[in-house]
Amino acid sequence: MTVLLQANNIAKHFGGIRALKGVSLTIKTGEIYGLIGPNGAGKTTFFNVITGLYPRDGGDIVFDGQPLHVESPHEVTKAGIARTFQNIRLFAEMSALENVMVGRHLRSKGSVIGAVLRTPAVRAEEAAIKAKATELLAYVGIASKADVRAASLSYGDQRRLEIARALATEPKLLALDEPAAGMNATETAGLRALIEKIRADGTSVLLIEHDVKLIMGLCDRVAVLDYGEKIAEDVPAVVQKDPRVVSAYLGVPYEQ
Amino acid sequence: MLEKHKKIAGCTLIAIALAALPFVIGMSFGNAWIRMLDFALLYIMLALGLNIVVGFAGLLDLGYIAFYAVGAYIYALLASPHFGLHWPLWAILPIGALVAGVFGMLLGAPTLRLRGDYLAIVTLGFGEIIRIFLNNLNAPVNITNGPKGIAGIDPLAKSIDIFGYQLHSLYITYYLFVALALLIVIVTMRLENSRLGRAWVAIREDEIAAKACGINTRNVKLLAFALGASFGGVAGGLFSGFQQFVSPESFGLFESIMVLSMVVLGGMGNIPGVILGAVVLTVLPELFRQWAGPMQVALFGQTYIDPESMRLLLFGIALILVMRFRPMGLLPSSRRKAEFEHAAEEGAKA
Repeated sequence: MTVLLQANNIAKHFGGIRALKGVSLTIKTGEIYGLIGPNGAGKTTFFNVITGLYPRDGGDIVFDGQPLHVESPHEVTKAGIARTFQNIRLFAEMSALENVMVGRHLRSKGSVIGAVLRTPAVRAEEAAIKAKATELLAYVGIASKADVRAASLSYGDQRRLEIARALATEPKLLALDEPAAGMNATETAGLRALIEKIRADGTSVLLIEHDVKLIMGLCDRVAVLDYGEKIAEDVPAVVQKDPRVVSAYLGVPYEQ
Repeated sequence: MLEKHKKIAGCTLIAIALAALPFVIGMSFGNAWIRMLDFALLYIMLALGLNIVVGFAGLLDLGYIAFYAVGAYIYALLASPHFGLHWPLWAILPIGALVAGVFGMLLGAPTLRLRGDYLAIVTLGFGEIIRIFLNNLNAPVNITNGPKGIAGIDPLAKSIDIFGYQLHSLYITYYLFVALALLIVIVTMRLENSRLGRAWVAIREDEIAAKACGINTRNVKLLAFALGASFGGVAGGLFSGFQQFVSPESFGLFESIMVLSMVVLGGMGNIPGVILGAVVLTVLPELFRQWAGPMQVALFGQTYIDPESMRLLLFGIALILVMRFRPMGLLPSSRRKAEFEHAAEEGAKA
């Protein structure tokens, strides 16, 4: 398998707090890659650094064979990394369909003049954007909610809508920040099926999650962060038994 | 097909109504009211421009009148005895729009990281800077003629004779303004339902999520500032030719707030609402001025309060009443209405 994303020695500090102390990891094409760790381990910080939300203080990223410029989030999205947020960030007052249509911004090019003159090309593009957005809503399973205001959707549907919006940017890597947080067992099972479908359709997935069952059942490989450092990276079965991981989560065993 | 016919019929009716309006008003109330109508149209153009920045993109701009001033002075400088230039209207308006648009970007560029109150303060400062420049650019080289302003500006239109019937210049101005206002309405409507319009709303709703969706928020915001400002520039040029006189005092903070009130009172982000807001806030104070005197005489037998001060008092009360009973504006967009209802529900739950 080819390497899709290679992060080398990523560092990030906030004042005196070193949130990431040189984290390196490699995500391969077609993989579902899990990132776990106790609260405050730096998972979301790592996410925010690779998606350009935070400027990094060290290290470099190679994505899809090219050095990734992470000066601004929209360039990262353009390069092919789309994300969702831990605290859902939808355009609350727009309909579900409009939310996904915004996701098409990057892959369409209608200009001001085109919009004002409403040229045939722009009209065709608008129709294509709408068709693609409708298709994506069906893909994540909320086709019937197209005209519902995003804020009125149920929690599980909001998560799905956020994924549809991210997929609208045609990413090579979909980065999901705790997508199962707050979901019940049925919703989580549905989400798992959706993530597997996304991978089967050719998009690699980076997943931050607290739900250990989900991570262990779904991910091909898992990295564990603790205090801003990667303490393990392997297939789930091995990581689960790694003494450093066990001690990070449960503490050091009592020595007689 | 039926839909299309209905649409054509609707447009024809509106066209006839707009064409007949000045005659109806002129015959019944006199030319002063046609002047008022012309002003209402100017404010519609201004308010629609500000609506792009405030209503669509959610960027609170308190210095918007500066672009109106830029457009007005461009016209004044290019079509008056001040520099001895007398360029035609159709040549000046695009220049005014362009220069105002550039000023819009100049204002926008340093404020890109600001939102809400902070943005409001910076834009307020910018508006004042422009006005103070206009006030002082009469030395060492006299460009703006300072506080005295520029007089003798070429009129937009002259009265003409049609088969012995004299058509007053106010009517011709009216038709010019209607045409340009309609143009601006169409442009705004098309922008609203475009890729760019969606990006503006996305930025208003959640800027970080908009960035994550691949929107270059810097460029999209600058475009909002530039387009809004260029509409203001067009309206300013028309104002200049209409009044045939400009001076810095026409472009103070009060005017900025007035235009913002039109947008908010009418229904932020909703084009028909903004148009209604502009008409109401232009006509209402004038009605109050006319009623304030006679009404007092009828009620109390004499005038206690000067009609001019009464006008502002009643105007203030009207604003408070609207905001109290229709906080989303007179004609809110469906999106904004939902937002308010949602907020009310949340409030009820809490």
